[in-house]
Amino acid sequence: MSTRSSTLTGRIMSAPSIIGLFLWMIVPLGMTVYFSFLRYNLLEPGMEEWIGTLNYEFFLTDPAFFASLANTLLLVGSVLIITVIGGVLLGLMLDQPIFGRGILRLLVIAPFFIMPTVNALVWKNLLMHPVSGMFAWIANSLGFQSIDWFSAAPLTAIIIMVSWQWLPFAVLILLTALQSLDRDQKEAAQMDGAGPVSIFFYITLPHLSRAITVVVLIETIFLLTVFAEIFVTTGGGPGLATTNIAFLVYTQALLQYDVGGASAGGIVAVILANIVAIFLIRLIGKNLDS
Amino acid sequence: MENKQTVLGHIGFSIFAWIVGLLIFFPIFWMVLTSFKTELEAVSMPPAFFDFDWTLENYAEVQARSDYFRFALNSVILSVGSTLVGLLFAVPCAWAMAFNPTKRTKDTLLWMLSTKMMPPVGVLVPIYLVFRDWGLLDTRFGLIMVLFLMNLPIMVWMLYTYFKEIPSDILEAARMDGATLLKEIIFVLLPMAVPGIASTMLLNIILAWNEAFWTLNLTTADAAPLTAFIASYSSPEGLFWAKLSAASTLAVAPILIIGWFSQKQLVRGLTFGAVK
Repeated sequence: MSTRSSTLTGRIMSAPSIIGLFLWMIVPLGMTVYFSFLRYNLLEPGMEEWIGTLNYEFFLTDPAFFASLANTLLLVGSVLIITVIGGVLLGLMLDQPIFGRGILRLLVIAPFFIMPTVNALVWKNLLMHPVSGMFAWIANSLGFQSIDWFSAAPLTAIIIMVSWQWLPFAVLILLTALQSLDRDQKEAAQMDGAGPVSIFFYITLPHLSRAITVVVLIETIFLLTVFAEIFVTTGGGPGLATTNIAFLVYTQALLQYDVGGASAGGIVAVILANIVAIFLIRLIGKNLDS
Repeated sequence: MENKQTVLGHIGFSIFAWIVGLLIFFPIFWMVLTSFKTELEAVSMPPAFFDFDWTLENYAEVQARSDYFRFALNSVILSVGSTLVGLLFAVPCAWAMAFNPTKRTKDTLLWMLSTKMMPPVGVLVPIYLVFRDWGLLDTRFGLIMVLFLMNLPIMVWMLYTYFKEIPSDILEAARMDGATLLKEIIFVLLPMAVPGIASTMLLNIILAWNEAFWTLNLTTADAAPLTAFIASYSSPEGLFWAKLSAASTLAVAPILIIGWFSQKQLVRGLTFGAVK
């Protein structure tokens, strides 16, 4: 039904958003690509020169890059495993009739709304502190030595904090998906003598597969660039123990003023994220057609 | 006999579920509780659960010492401001895509989504330099622009999915009666889409309020919101946990309440309509 004039109106109406996003993402991204081929340090203004792929060679052969890549993958992988398995279990739990289910659900999803800096400092100081934290008290009462989380297992500590924050996201989405499960199908399977385990593996899990995929993809994109939790607790340390790629780029740009090197790192991060993004966008695009 | 067993099982399962739920909520509960303790009680071992002298002095002190409300005001201005600017851009765009679709609409929507997938570190350097050169560092205006553009794809997507559910006949009828485009949007479309617009705004406020990459990197003092204020507690001197808890409680309370109210709509916005 769209006539030529309504098409034109449509273009005019959507132009501001499209131009805005273009200026916000595509132009800076182009600048990052350009900077990544320059020797460009903020402490040496006027000394910029084209150095080809040298920044990439430095960045990709830097031991710090491998350490941070490993940390990034460990962080993303662990949080994904914890939140997806935990999310399925909690989703199934909250799908049952429980006294006060509405309130219980509010309690379970609450961590998602906590700002990352608060999350990090509450876990670090109130729960994981080796002397007066809650975990230390529990460990001591049970007769164990308390753990100094941020020196003995800093990456594990970050993984725990980030998982706590993202678990509700998985629960929220998987619960929504569970509630659209056809009850009749489940009842028919029960009549045929299927136990709860086989119902879970043959009916529930296949039904959830799509929602799980969405959770995995969206979480991956956000988890690849976890920043605030590291910034306020460990500052990337001790050593490089909790430096992920996002944090490495930040230290190069804003602490060492190495714009060229940081830009090369930023592009590497973009490429990593895009590997995941392509799958997610395809999935959502398919959904748009149906 | 079997009935009794079911009831018992039901109660048992409920108890189990509540224990799990309370464990997940425990860090937040503990934070709120600690905010009412004195600094000494906050670090006492064994930890005090309810048998301590409840006090409000931390809340008073957070304000007196650090000008808490200036940061809170910045948070409100940044999140509400970026949401309102975002609506101004997103409503016309979503209208065009929902009611005047072209061959390229789907690709445009997916392209918008793809900008959201870009890791912020990929554009940190140029944005930082542009902000520095244009004097936008640590200004509310600059941050509102960043937060608004960052969340614009989500706003357009969410509004688009809500607008799609409104029959276009109604808009056409208004047009036949001689309504201009502006009137059509303001008096016909928006009133019908109020629930959708409200939940879009709430999600956007939540995301902007908690955003902690750009707010930490682009502010120092004047425009710093609560994320940066809390981060400043990461290396203080002396006993500060009760005060940290009080400041944190104040910082998360409004968003927790908004989030609880809008939890059902969140799924649609956060998954771009892929899970309903």
